[in-house]
Amino acid sequence: MTDIFELLKGKPEDSDYENKGVIVQGITGAYGSIHTKQMIAYGTNIIAGVTPGKGGQKFEDTVPIYNSMQEAVDATSAKISILFVPAKFFLSAAKDALNSGIKLLVAIPEHVPIRDTMEALDLAKQKGAIIIGPNTPGIMIPELIKVGIMPPMPFKAGKIAVLSKSGTLLYEISDALTNAGFGQSITIGIGGDPVNGTRLIDAFEMIKDISDLEGVVIVGEIGGDSEEMLAQRIIDLGFNKPIVAYIAGRAAPKEKRMGHAGAIVMGTYGSAESKVSMFNKANIPVAKRPAEVPVLLAGKMENRLE
Amino acid sequence: MQLLEFQAKELFREYGINLLDSISSTNIEEGRKHAKELGYPFVIKIQVPVGGRGKAGGIQKCQNDDEFDIKYPQVMDLEIKGEKARAILLEKMADIKKELYLSIFLNRSKRCYTIIASAEGGVEIESVKNQIIKEIGLGDVSDEVAKEVAKEMGLEGITAEGFVDTLKKLSKLTIEKEAELVEINPLAIMQDGTVIALDGKFVTDDNANFRHDELQKYQEKTEIEEQAEKSGFSLVELDGDIAVVGNGAGLVMSTLDMLSDNGGKPACFLDVGGGATTESVYEALTLISKLDRVKGILVNLYGGIVKTTVVAEAFLKAYENNLIDLPVFSRLKGTESEKAKEMLKDSRTNIFDTVEEAINAAVMGIKK
Repeated sequence: MTDIFELLKGKPEDSDYENKGVIVQGITGAYGSIHTKQMIAYGTNIIAGVTPGKGGQKFEDTVPIYNSMQEAVDATSAKISILFVPAKFFLSAAKDALNSGIKLLVAIPEHVPIRDTMEALDLAKQKGAIIIGPNTPGIMIPELIKVGIMPPMPFKAGKIAVLSKSGTLLYEISDALTNAGFGQSITIGIGGDPVNGTRLIDAFEMIKDISDLEGVVIVGEIGGDSEEMLAQRIIDLGFNKPIVAYIAGRAAPKEKRMGHAGAIVMGTYGSAESKVSMFNKANIPVAKRPAEVPVLLAGKMENRLE
Repeated sequence: MQLLEFQAKELFREYGINLLDSISSTNIEEGRKHAKELGYPFVIKIQVPVGGRGKAGGIQKCQNDDEFDIKYPQVMDLEIKGEKARAILLEKMADIKKELYLSIFLNRSKRCYTIIASAEGGVEIESVKNQIIKEIGLGDVSDEVAKEVAKEMGLEGITAEGFVDTLKKLSKLTIEKEAELVEINPLAIMQDGTVIALDGKFVTDDNANFRHDELQKYQEKTEIEEQAEKSGFSLVELDGDIAVVGNGAGLVMSTLDMLSDNGGKPACFLDVGGGATTESVYEALTLISKLDRVKGILVNLYGGIVKTTVVAEAFLKAYENNLIDLPVFSRLKGTESEKAKEMLKDSRTNIFDTVEEAINAAVMGIKK
């Protein structure tokens, strides 16, 4: 498995250690340009942008724009890209990135057809690349690098990993954690789609061996069975660092899509009860409210010290 | 979207899957004409997008005109799991030897299509025994795989041939229409050994709608849900009396959960989305004002990309235009929330520091 920290930070001997370049696909679009400015403000090294037909121009007089990913990668050797194109163009933009050597692709757009996500994933697998999303807020190492659309206020550097299917709940819960003194080592947005480039279980694999990791927070929601898979994996591993979960959608009616394409209970498949009972089986407490997450985490940590 | 049985069967027919003769109607006069064309005996089947129709009396045998005049309106007036009849399907009677189960669904965690088949069908999937589960990747089901499934189910002769043919056609349909789930339950073995789809369930990937104009005639949304979609936010109508508004699907779901835990009943789920503007939030409030059952509005915002002041402005405009005369309970946090609170200070919005307090006040306020 590719080391996510090596991708995001690099190795200490690299000349660009902790300053890895990121390419923005769709940099001149309304959404892409707002978030590019915010990522730059956060300290992310936005090294190039791509908008077909606008090659040769500069974004905000500083970031060079290229017509294709191949040109942008050739010029910068970047391995990370963030994609803001409309859902319809996701597949071609993702292929463009993966075929040009991108190893970490963060896909922001919502409403990508499942078949397109699966095709992009197939290619990513061949190329040994990671896709985060689609329909994700992105990934960040607080106070170091943000490849995503998260507002900066809720996050603080620390030792808790937060994995979340939902964007706003990631902000809400990280905010609660930060206020309780729990900073975050990394936060990974899984996305609200039925098929995710990085599933909860994959995100867990990325973070489980962080040497100074003190705890994990899993923010799930109804739909699919990726929470159940993760709980099973945690049981199998005998992973014993403190973990707390939260599941949104307990009160949602069955067979209705609750905002996210993936948030739907079909029969019993995807129900909150199923997820909560698997987490309980894995000895992971499930918070009833976002505000309860840091309380439960603190409890888990105390138990561990005793 | 989830198609109704008769709509799924239209697609089955297009792909050459064996079916009994059937005709759908939406009123008894139309139904009478169809009854003549079809000839007795037949079955009257309510068309609702939920299961459990048989148990609820939504499927009735019909032998003659007298029975028809009694049973057609009976079935039409049923409400199953809160769903009213969208249409009535009249379908010829079948002489069945055995009921099988067959579906292809998009396996979200394995990221491929997966077949579920069983020789013991006719009950809801959770109760189907001896399930044969096969992951099939992203392409069509091959002859070889289909034959393997038939063999594992213990099918032989023309029944096995019929099953293989059905499975291959079903997989072609699933892939070409980009379905998330296509189910035939039961797939019946007739006395003569042939197989026929007696029921059909079909769930599409709505994100692929732009590639499937041919499916749009099946789109069924309430007027309000449709307007919400046009305005770029998602709205699900629920049957309680407190409208729940927020930004982000997860946050709004979480608010629904907490409201329900506190004895409140949500009237709708409304996610203004990441691209919310004053105009779109005003539009959202306009839609809520059209829902008669709403007695109060609960707002939970975590401003990130969406500035809370944008939402506050929409509320002020709605008060000014007398669009809303309901009590509003809100919790605003994140981008520009101090400014937003200041803006709403002298309005009818009750502002709380935590969502828990806003929920308690909403539940108490509505009871009064």
